[in-house]
Amino acid sequence: MAKLRKFKEAIIEKLIFLSGIASIVFVALIFIFLLREGISVLRSTSLGAFLGGKFWYPISDPPKLGILPLILGSLLVTLGAIAMAVPLGIAAAFYIAEVAPSRLRNILKSFVEILSAIPSVVLGFLGITILVPFLKRFLDLPTGLTAFAGSIMLAFMAMPTIISISEDAINAVPREYKEGAIALGATHWQTLHRVIIHGALPGIIAAAMLGIGRVFGETMAVMMVTGNAAVIPNSLFEPVRTLTATIAAEMGEAAKGSPHYNALFAIGIVLFVISFLINLTADLFLNRSRRR
Amino acid sequence: MGHAEKKRCDMTDRREANNSSAGQVDHPDPKIKVRELTIHYGKVRVLNNLSLDIQKNEILSVIGPANSGKTSFLRSLNRLNDFEPNIRMSGSILLDGRNIYKDLDAEGLRKRVGMIFALPIPLPRSIHDNITYGPRLAGDHDKSALDQLVEDSLKAAYLWDEVKDRLRSSALKLSGGQQQRLCIARTLALKPEVILFDEPCSGLDPISTAKVEESMMELKKNHTIVLVTNNTKQAARVGTRTAFFLMGDLVEIDSTEKIFTAPADSRTNDYIIGRFG
Ligand SMILES: Nc1ncnc2c1ncn2[C@@H]1O[C@H](COP(=O)(O)OP(=O)(O)OP(=O)(O)O)[C@@H](O)[C@H]1O
Ligand SMILES: [Mg+2]
Repeated sequence: MAKLRKFKEAIIEKLIFLSGIASIVFVALIFIFLLREGISVLRSTSLGAFLGGKFWYPISDPPKLGILPLILGSLLVTLGAIAMAVPLGIAAAFYIAEVAPSRLRNILKSFVEILSAIPSVVLGFLGITILVPFLKRFLDLPTGLTAFAGSIMLAFMAMPTIISISEDAINAVPREYKEGAIALGATHWQTLHRVIIHGALPGIIAAAMLGIGRVFGETMAVMMVTGNAAVIPNSLFEPVRTLTATIAAEMGEAAKGSPHYNALFAIGIVLFVISFLINLTADLFLNRSRRR
Repeated sequence: MGHAEKKRCDMTDRREANNSSAGQVDHPDPKIKVRELTIHYGKVRVLNNLSLDIQKNEILSVIGPANSGKTSFLRSLNRLNDFEPNIRMSGSILLDGRNIYKDLDAEGLRKRVGMIFALPIPLPRSIHDNITYGPRLAGDHDKSALDQLVEDSLKAAYLWDEVKDRLRSSALKLSGGQQQRLCIARTLALKPEVILFDEPCSGLDPISTAKVEESMMELKKNHTIVLVTNNTKQAARVGTRTAFFLMGDLVEIDSTEKIFTAPADSRTNDYIIGRFG
């Protein structure tokens, strides 16, 4: 009997090990594929000229393959989104977890879930028909298709992630900590900012990072509202083009094996690396918050 | 705190209420006076029309089987229940004659009525910081006064000798019994008048338990103490008076000696000799 159980356990262990390994293998394969297709871009341009070049004219002759405007476009849109979504999301999480009466809390939580379930195309669609004309008129811009519009869209997309993960982190702070502080005469607000923020901080940072990761790789909604001009932006209120939108828009027309085609894969590598770094940071913080 | 506001209005002031139900009539001036206290969680009633007095410089032990409402009672005395979402309370609790739900603010009350929990949870900081936490929250930052306070509080909690050389090291490195005495010291740093203990020794070994009891006996000289305990022997050892709760009712309150030798109610006797609970 004991032997049979041991045998079973060994098999289950191996299966779990294999599924764990499988995900690593898939990631590695994807990366190798990207690398193989993308690395050849270095035959038509140097690494410095690729990452730092100011001009993206992939179909001129010879093509100019500088992705700096695209990197800056992505960064600008993402930073704008962070500036809106992180403070709002964290404040909302605190309100939901600590302040709202329980009926309102449940209503708010279902709204957050609904928000996260809206497909990004639909958000983009609302963006084009409502947000973009509104921005153009209200801010008196030549066009409403701007980095700012993209940031707003992305902020909407990042909020549910930030809210729900921060809320989990806040709720994970042991009740005993809160009551300990309250029993020592702390006010509700003192308890919030001394005990709860302190305890939930790693989780909140992880929430912000995951929210950022979620929007950095987002394609559809941004492509629809940012105007897609591959020039280095001077402000939030100009059209920009992001890394993701570039791949999505141009992949169909790039001839296989051409420098343009390789450059798009190389952009994929850049995206992959940046997303990986963002998620890695988030993971570090999540682990720290779990260890407590 | 919308619900706290609502509760406060329910708590009607009944200073003139009859005193005779409270066990001891011969103290005209109790520290805490509880009258007709009823507590519901949602539809469930967990305390039923409870009236009793708690005298200055006594240890009132509260015993009773699980779920008899002992913790709920204790938490109503320093308004920790304010944060329960669906609690309903009625009746009145007076501290030195003033209604704690109407005449006092909750934070000020909790400094006067300290609470020690079953599970000692020090903050993840140094021993010193744990003790100065409450005073610093209240805006007290005078360093030498705080140092003195740390020493006094630790001595009163019978912990000073064990930790005086490592005040700056993490409180989490202390043993369970030391952590519990640290939590007592932390409460004492606020100079409370009343200290509520909720099964403070349930996780401690006999030696640590003895130390905690020793400090309680010492604290009794200058404080009023309410001790909820599952350990009837502990109630017998330290209690000046003992109250027996059963299913939300106060069955009996009397001098500890009387309760343990000749209780008036047979249910008290059954509990003490271990027939249920
Ligand atoms: N926050 C709460 N919400 C709902 N019901 C509660 C809450 N706290 C306590 N109760 C219920 O109230 C009743 C009394 O609980 P209480 O904790 O006061 O009992 P107790 O005498 O302290 O028990 P124990 O000896 O197990 O600590 C129990 O039935 C419990 O389930
Ligand atoms: Mg209890």
